[in-house]
Amino acid sequence: MSLDRATIRSIADLARIEVPEEDLDHLAGELSGILKFVEQLAEVNTDGVAPMTSVVEMITPMREDAVTDGGYVDKILANAPEQADGFFVVPKVVE
Amino acid sequence: MSELVNLTIADAARRLAAREISSVDLVSAHLERMDRFRPLNAFITETPDRAMDGAKAADVRLAKNGGGVLEGIPLGIKDLYCTEGVRTTAASKILGDFTPAYESTVSQKLKDAGAVSLGKLSLDEFAMGSSNTTSAFGPVISPWTRASDPSVKLVPGGSSGGSAAAVAARLVMGATGTDTGGSIRQPAAYCGIVGIKPTYGRCSRWGIIAFASSLDQAGPMARTVEDCALMLGVMAGHDPKDSTSAPMAVPDFRAALGQSVKGLKVGVPREYRPEGLSDEVARVWDQGIAWLKDAGAEPVEIGLPCTRHALATYYIIAPAECSSNLARYDGVRFGARVEGSTLDDLYRKTRAAGFGREVRRRILIGTYVLSAGYYDAYYAKAQKVRRLIAQDFAEAFKKVDVILTPTAPTAAFAIGANTEDPVTMWLNDVFTIPTSLAGLPGLSLPGGLSSDGLPLGLQLIGRPFDEETVFKVAGVMEKAANFTAKPQGV
Repeated sequence: MSLDRATIRSIADLARIEVPEEDLDHLAGELSGILKFVEQLAEVNTDGVAPMTSVVEMITPMREDAVTDGGYVDKILANAPEQADGFFVVPKVVE
Repeated sequence: MSELVNLTIADAARRLAAREISSVDLVSAHLERMDRFRPLNAFITETPDRAMDGAKAADVRLAKNGGGVLEGIPLGIKDLYCTEGVRTTAASKILGDFTPAYESTVSQKLKDAGAVSLGKLSLDEFAMGSSNTTSAFGPVISPWTRASDPSVKLVPGGSSGGSAAAVAARLVMGATGTDTGGSIRQPAAYCGIVGIKPTYGRCSRWGIIAFASSLDQAGPMARTVEDCALMLGVMAGHDPKDSTSAPMAVPDFRAALGQSVKGLKVGVPREYRPEGLSDEVARVWDQGIAWLKDAGAEPVEIGLPCTRHALATYYIIAPAECSSNLARYDGVRFGARVEGSTLDDLYRKTRAAGFGREVRRRILIGTYVLSAGYYDAYYAKAQKVRRLIAQDFAEAFKKVDVILTPTAPTAAFAIGANTEDPVTMWLNDVFTIPTSLAGLPGLSLPGGLSSDGLPLGLQLIGRPFDEETVFKVAGVMEKAANFTAKPQGV
C-alpha cells in the first residue's frame, strides 16, 4: 500500500501530531516503504490461527474491589505544566 | 582504584561483606570513572550526591553484618525506569523535567537489596532504536573502537546503549536494561558484556515507561553471567501492580551456575544462518557450538521456519502498541507543553515538538495499522503470525533444551551509519526479535572479538521460565570463551 499526502494528513490527525505541509511527501515515502516491508505477511497462511494477544497463558487476575490508592492531589499535580485549584488547566473547551 | 572498578559484583559483594572494602570507596572509584568517561554520554542524569549518601548508609548496614544481596554495589538505572525524586526522561523531550513521585517496582527491589544507583542511563528515545542515536540527549558513544581506525565513533547498540556502555567502561558494576525486541541483548553484544531478557512476566513492568506492553521486559546487564544471575534474582518476582507479572516463585538463578551440561540438547536453527551472514559471526557461532560439544552437550539442528517473518510482525505489533501507549503524552498532566489555540491544537503542537523522528514514525505507522479498515489486514494478521512464530519455538523445545544463535548479524557500526532507511536499521534485531515475540528468555554473552577488535555476542534462548538452564549453559560458555578483552583506554 502506497500512502498519499491526504492519508498521511489523516493519520497524523488521528495521532494528534502536527505535520508541516513540506514534510508530507517525505513521510509518505518513508511510511509507504515500511508498509511495503511489513506486507510480506500476506504470503503467510494463517487460516484457522487465532491472534496471539499475550504470550502469557493466564486468566486476568481479579482483585478485591477496594480503595487502595489515592488522596495525594499535590503529588499528581506536581508535574503538571499548568494547574489551578487542584485541577489541570487546558485551553477552553466549552464556548 | 582501578582494581575496584574491575571487580565483579559477586566479588565486590563478598569483599564488602568481609569489610575488606567499603561501599564509599567502591562508589567513589566509580564516580571518578563517571567523570573521566563523561564524553561517552552514557548518563542522562548523574546523581553522585545521592550515591554517596547511599554508600554511607550501606556501610553502616554492612558494619552491623546486615544488608541485602547487593548491599553497597554501584549500579546504573536505564532512564526508562521511574525513580522517585530523580528526573526520568525516557530520552525524550516530551517528558520535560518529569520527576516521578514513585519508584518502579524493579528499581525499588534493587534499592531494597542495598544497591546504590549512580544515575540514569541513556537510551534510544522511548527505547525505540538499535543504536542509541535517537536519544534527545545525543548519541551514546561505545567505549570500544575498531583496531583499524580508532577515530571512528561506534554505537553501543540500543536501546539500552547507555547501560551497555557504562558497564563496559566500568562506570557501574551492573545496570538495568529493558528489552522489547533486543534492547538488552544487542547492546550487550556490541559492548562485550552479558545481558538477559528474562521470560515475559518474570519482572514487573510497573513504573517502567511503556513502549510495547506485550513485549517489554526488564533485565540486568553486567560483565559476568553470575552477576546477571545475582541481579535478576533481585529484580524478578510477582507484583500485584502488574497483572502480567507471573505469580511464580523466583528460583536461585546463581545455583544453576557450575552445573554440568552433559547430555543437554542445544538447538541450532538453520534459519539463523542466512546467506550473507558475516563470516566472523558464523565463526563465533560455530565456536560456541564446539564449546558446548566439548562440555558434553549435543548440538541438534532445528528449524524455526517463521523466523523470516518475525521482523515484519514486530514492526506492526510494536508500533501499534506504542501508538496506544504514547497517547498519554498530551502536554496536560505532566511533561512538556506547547500552547495551542484549542485543546487539539495543544496536543498536536506538543506532540510534534516533543517526539523525535523515529518515535513519530512509529506512532504514525501504529495509528495506521490500527485504524478502521486496516486493523484486520495488518494488526490481526501480525498477531496470527506471532502465534506461528511462538509455535515454532514450542515445537523446537520438544526436541532441545536450549537454543544457541548469534545475537546480532554484525559487530557494532559507526554512529550515523544505517540511518538512510529505517528498515536497514531494524535488521540489527533480526536474531533477537523472534524470542521477544514468543516471550522467551534470551541471554547474550561475548563469544569473541572480530578481526577488527570488536566484541561479537552469542545468544542463548530458553523455555518459558527456564532461565536456570540458560544461565547454566551461559556459565559453561563463559568459561570456555574466557573473554577478557576490554575496550581500549578502559
